[in-house]
Amino acid sequence: MNTTDNLRETIKMLVSEKKVDLFLGWEKGSLPLAATPLFITTEKEADRVIFDVTCGNNLSIYFTKDKKQYADKKVGIAVKGCDARSVVLNILEKQIKRENVVIVGVPCHGVLDKKKVLAATEGREVLELVDNGETVTVKGRGFELSLNRQEILSSSCLACIYPDAQEYDFFMGEARGEVANEDRVKEIVDFQNLPDSDRWEQTRAEYQKCIRCYACRNVCPSCYCNVCFVDQNDPKWIGGTCEYTDSVIFHVIRNLHVAGRCVECGACERACPMDINLLMMNRKVAMEVKDRFGDVAGLDINGKPAMSDFKEDEKQKFIMG
Amino acid sequence: MSEWQPRILAILCNWCSYAGADLAGVSRMQYPPSIRVVRVPCSGRVDPLFILKSLQSGFDGVLISGCHPGDCHYISGNYVARRKFAVLKPLLEFIGVEPNRVQFSWISAGEGDRFAKVVTKITEDVRELGPATRLVKKL
Repeated sequence: MNTTDNLRETIKMLVSEKKVDLFLGWEKGSLPLAATPLFITTEKEADRVIFDVTCGNNLSIYFTKDKKQYADKKVGIAVKGCDARSVVLNILEKQIKRENVVIVGVPCHGVLDKKKVLAATEGREVLELVDNGETVTVKGRGFELSLNRQEILSSSCLACIYPDAQEYDFFMGEARGEVANEDRVKEIVDFQNLPDSDRWEQTRAEYQKCIRCYACRNVCPSCYCNVCFVDQNDPKWIGGTCEYTDSVIFHVIRNLHVAGRCVECGACERACPMDINLLMMNRKVAMEVKDRFGDVAGLDINGKPAMSDFKEDEKQKFIMG
Repeated sequence: MSEWQPRILAILCNWCSYAGADLAGVSRMQYPPSIRVVRVPCSGRVDPLFILKSLQSGFDGVLISGCHPGDCHYISGNYVARRKFAVLKPLLEFIGVEPNRVQFSWISAGEGDRFAKVVTKITEDVRELGPATRLVKKL
């Protein structure tokens, strides 16, 4: 039995036995490159659930961005490794209760980045996509291509260490375990070895592209302040135009707000219409948090998010004198 | 023309560093006239946004100072601040802001001489770097 069938059976069981009021999963989207979130309340709807390379959405954002809706409901949720960490983080931050959520892990082999698929088809419209595991077949008007899965994966998936849910009630299929990902830090170390003037020029060039649409913030499962600092008027901290210093400050502060909380699901980067390399800064912060505080976001359900915790005897070499 | 004098924003906590600065003043200690002081209740009050905002508005450097670990008036404010700064500082360096522009220190109410030393040190560091150009908003 494959993952999708397995998932459907489990959802049917959960819904029919009234273990959940609602189940969050994915269904085939109206566009071939992106699955759509599916809200399942009946057994019949469970037959529409899928899981493949197009299921990029991190469904845990509904717990925080649509909080009232989920407050006292029993909710089931299908999660990839990164999504599971988001759910754990939501539990740690008291956005949902552990007993109100049924976590169903799916074995994830990465999700696609639309921009990479379109680059591979040279901009031709894709009308159908079939996920064959190692390869992904895309069809369009007058062409059919078989693409290597690795080529079209989202950059967050290429750097993924925890592809499986670490906290779950049911797991569909076989877990992959921790992936040793040595390339993960290469980009960051290379960048760090540049002189600071070059680093600044690159940062500036990258974030100058930002059009301040806030898609990265809106899609982020860890970003759920009632009033975001960029929307605040009194005091107005940063300008709302595409001026590059404002954009850099927006991204730096957003990164610090999700420091120790970012699960690196890559939703921000996939949502970005300007193709900004957003995750590099996130990964740098995650590295710092891990090195200094030994914390990885969303792994330990009994822990505390790194930035809301402290120890008295921490390294403080960066402090003067 | 006189030598260029850096403009440095000093964000000092009310209970230790601000009193330390006061002591340096009443003890008539000499230090460069480069700092503009903002008094905050605790170093834990300092949002990284304040630091970036002051660099954007044209300050050449930022000094943040609070009570020594263990001496916080609010018990744990400076521990929380330390975690924030521990992530902020490498991140600022990472994006290419010169490392010495933003500095942190612990100064107690009795360390007037230390306050003078710290201000002298950051002024020299920033003077070496020259006027801030990165992250400064030009209108």
